[in-house]
Amino acid sequence: MTVSTQPHAPSASLPVDKGGPEQDSPAKREFSANQLLLGAFFGVIFGFLLQKGGVAKYHILVGVLLLEDFTVVKVMLTAIIVGSIGIFSLHALGLVKLHIKPTRYAANIIGGLLFGVGFALLGYCPGTGAAALGQGNWDAIAGVLGLMAGSYLFAECSAWLGKTVMKWGDRGKLMLPELLGMRLSAFLLIFVPVLIVVLVAVDRFTAR
Amino acid sequence: MQSIRSRNNESEKVMKTILLMSIGLSALSPLLLSAVAPGTHPRDYPGPAWSPYLVGGLIGVLSMFTFYFSDKPLGASTGYARLAGLLGRAVAPKHTDSLKFYKDNKPAVDWEVMLVLGAILGAFLAAWQGNELTGEWLPAMWAARFGAGSLTLRLGAALVGGIFMAFGARLAGGCTSGHGISGTMQLSVGSWIAVICFFAGGIATALLMFRF
Repeated sequence: MTVSTQPHAPSASLPVDKGGPEQDSPAKREFSANQLLLGAFFGVIFGFLLQKGGVAKYHILVGVLLLEDFTVVKVMLTAIIVGSIGIFSLHALGLVKLHIKPTRYAANIIGGLLFGVGFALLGYCPGTGAAALGQGNWDAIAGVLGLMAGSYLFAECSAWLGKTVMKWGDRGKLMLPELLGMRLSAFLLIFVPVLIVVLVAVDRFTAR
Repeated sequence: MQSIRSRNNESEKVMKTILLMSIGLSALSPLLLSAVAPGTHPRDYPGPAWSPYLVGGLIGVLSMFTFYFSDKPLGASTGYARLAGLLGRAVAPKHTDSLKFYKDNKPAVDWEVMLVLGAILGAFLAAWQGNELTGEWLPAMWAARFGAGSLTLRLGAALVGGIFMAFGARLAGGCTSGHGISGTMQLSVGSWIAVICFFAGGIATALLMFRF
């Protein structure tokens, strides 16, 4: 009888291929007219849906931050529930690769809070800002210029940030089931119903 | 009808309080009850054209399509970074190429840029089809709070907000779509942390702007 001497590895509980490194590989960078066209096509649908969902409207986006309009929460939670089931099903069938973003505690928290402050000041986020511009909210033009300026400002600081903040608490491609030491399927069986209950509660207890 | 409505209002107040406490801002909740300027309530203005559940579900399905056909998650902020890099290259090519971020992410018109451009067109089509084209410089709720003559303030806030947001998105690794939808649905720990912080920072700032 052999006794496993392998130390407890969290990843052992989660036999999931989380995709390769997120950097651009030469193959990815290779010009592909088809993919550009597909990107534009998916963008049109994305923008169409955002506008129809009301999340290109200033008052609806600021409304969620004032906790007075929960349209954004309803859109996001439904997308997460449907997408989670869909993506993990496709992945189980071997049809898609996952694209797990790295967990970096300090960068996620500091960047997230900065993003939030900017979100309230602008009233649109990067995706909904494009949609707001499309529906004729011209103030989004200033937002788009700011988004480009902020991106470049980050690039200016990227060498330093990469050596400091982005190294603090870098956990790599960490997933919730892994953090809790659960199998993916077991986690989803609990997680998806919990999200549905939250969604029903939000629907039941909010006016919009 | 009246009683259902008031019960809904009651429970909504309870929910608001719970949410505020959960992000450590419980001290602010009494201030919420104070009178606020007329016209600054989001529900004074039109809601979404379609059910948010239908739209959310379709965005979930759209994610499956982008994974399958393009091997890409939905994400908007990357497109702006690519465009900024292209502009930077046009103005200061050597300097732009020397930056770590643009060494790792070559500026180009790629899938993400097309996604953002497509989203502008898609939103136009939706608003046009649904008779919701606005063509306005000042959102009505902003004007109700800061005055009809506050365009300079609005554009300044939008510009500064955009800068903060893009910097934060790049540091955090994504935005409301990349982390908030694509990352969370893949159960990434960092995405859930980021999206909670998006809302924590946003709620605190929006309350300061509109409720004090």
